[in-house]
Amino acid sequence: MSPLEILRFALRGLSANKLRSSLTTLGILIGVGAVILLVAVGNGSSEQIKKSIQRLGADSLTVTKSTTGGGGGRGGFGGGGPRGLGGLGGSETGSGQSSGPRTQAHDLTTQDAAALVNASDAPSVKSSSPVVTSQSVTAGYEGTSATINQFVGTTPTYFAAANKTLASGTAFTTADVTAANKTVVLGSTTASDLFGRVSPLGKKIDVGGIRFTVVGVLKATGSSSSSFSDPDSIAIAPLPAVQESLTGYGALDQIIVQAKDSGAVDSAQAEITQILGQRHDIASSGTADFTVSSQASVQSAVSESNKTFTVLLGAVAAISLLVGGIGITNIMLVTVTERTREIGIRKAIGAPRGAILGQFIAEATVLSLIGGVLGVVAGVAGSLFTIVGVKPVLVPSSIVLALAVSVAIGLFFGSYPANRAAKLRPIEALRHE
Amino acid sequence: MIPAPRQDGTKPVLSIRDVGKVYGEGDTAVHALRGVSLTVESGDYVAIMGASGSGKSTLMNIIGCLDVPTAGRYLLDGIDVGALDERRLAILRNRRIGFIFQSFNLIPRMTAQANVELPLAYGGVKGPERRRRALAALREVGLADRTRHEPNELSGGQQQRVAVARALVTAPTLLLADEPTGALDSGSTADVLAVFDRLSLARRTIVVITHEDDVAAHAKRVVRLVDGRVVEDVRRAPVAGPPPAASWTSEGAR
Repeated sequence: MSPLEILRFALRGLSANKLRSSLTTLGILIGVGAVILLVAVGNGSSEQIKKSIQRLGADSLTVTKSTTGGGGGRGGFGGGGPRGLGGLGGSETGSGQSSGPRTQAHDLTTQDAAALVNASDAPSVKSSSPVVTSQSVTAGYEGTSATINQFVGTTPTYFAAANKTLASGTAFTTADVTAANKTVVLGSTTASDLFGRVSPLGKKIDVGGIRFTVVGVLKATGSSSSSFSDPDSIAIAPLPAVQESLTGYGALDQIIVQAKDSGAVDSAQAEITQILGQRHDIASSGTADFTVSSQASVQSAVSESNKTFTVLLGAVAAISLLVGGIGITNIMLVTVTERTREIGIRKAIGAPRGAILGQFIAEATVLSLIGGVLGVVAGVAGSLFTIVGVKPVLVPSSIVLALAVSVAIGLFFGSYPANRAAKLRPIEALRHE
Repeated sequence: MIPAPRQDGTKPVLSIRDVGKVYGEGDTAVHALRGVSLTVESGDYVAIMGASGSGKSTLMNIIGCLDVPTAGRYLLDGIDVGALDERRLAILRNRRIGFIFQSFNLIPRMTAQANVELPLAYGGVKGPERRRRALAALREVGLADRTRHEPNELSGGQQQRVAVARALVTAPTLLLADEPTGALDSGSTADVLAVFDRLSLARRTIVVITHEDDVAAHAKRVVRLVDGRVVEDVRRAPVAGPPPAASWTSEGAR
């Protein structure tokens, strides 16, 4: 009894019941297809997020004030800064500082920002931009009003550090900052909200009773898919102008530091920690009252959460594959019961146990293998489309794994019914109607 | 590799000594066989008769190596069946016994030829040889023109003849038929019995289990079972001779 012979018997058995076989196959097809497609979607969204983070500038660092004790107001995502950069890093270190006597934490100041640009102590730092942010500011222009998610007060170096490029007009200058001129650069969403198709350059907008002259408009970042905030709903103005009109002359929300290049980010981080540590007198209090986070740390946090997301998607798909496998067991049990008499005949004319076992296991495995191959085809085909705004990126190992699992499912879930068939006693099987 | 049936006529093909079979235990025990002894020599054509409940089906299962006796010894072709495990019993059934059932028991959705090839496939015979022997067996039962038909495309008599071909194809030492004509009309019955007569003429060993006198009339020897015991053992024709109702006479009568 050669394996080829057993396979032929199995194929004959399957083709006798085409509808049932194809429905069972469908279960595995959906399972395998879902595993491949959902893992590809998870992978694709991870790539997408990585890209949009990179777009912010891979060489920038964000310094934020650490919240001390518990429950500081700005540990979370709303903590200001471009798209919550500081928030992630802040909550990381915050947890380690909740105990022990505390001295008053130092605020970040413009002097801190200025001190970071120091060729001898901080050779890796290219620029340092103090940032104050006002959330949800209402701006008006000739009767039209719009809410600006973030109104940022900073210095011109911010544009390069935060990777903001201008679509039209110019950025404000260092002279504007010194003179506290009321000039502003608008994000593309804000510009279109307020001005529609009219060019906003040179126009004056009204922010809390103070008039800012629009000098430039930013390019759209193109990542409006970001669900919680539109990064293009932004206005950027000279630091003193914003302090004067919106935030007051308090502490900075953050300092955006640009490293010399993306390779110098780590050394820049060390230098910033060193300089600010001295200025804030860390040695006496023992713990840092500020947090320096780089794109790398944000990226690793994001990719970590994304991995979880992908694993969850894969797990859901794996469950559907498991259900498909149970479908195979079910249908094979029905088949064995239905063909009890046939099994009895085969045994009476001398079929050894192994041949019966092999035949039914082969039937189950062929079912799941066909389902697996079709599932791979479906998954690969499905990944060519954009799904909920994500372009799926195939993970080759998921294809191999899903196929292997589908075969294993056939072997595993087929073996119970096959074993039942092989164990039937021929006289009883022959008596079965 | 499969031995041809022995022609010497002296060595017993099957030898049953005091075989008993009890189903259940204690008060509910049913004695299906109460010490049956039977010896069948090569080339014989034996009819085992009995009413239902006489134990003939149990005897058939034991002779066919589908069941093992609870008492006594059974030698098939000199092999003690009681000592064999399930795997060896399967091999023994495959090589030494050809089964013919009342309800044909062909495998549906397989052609006549595939059905006949099946025991050879389980016996490990390779493709071309298998086809040759299956065709020869089908020719022997007069169905050379029906090889591509599936069981549901054949009449009852034709199906039973396919089953006979399947039983013959391994050249077994014993053909074992259980009520082979029970599900057939008189015409088909005559066809199948004629095939049996021809096989007996060719010195095949045949054991038929039946309750019909017409069928028993074709056998060289008739054994009667009542309540699990042999009550009558009559020889109607010599082992070496032709069966009492040889095929040419039954065919000539129609």
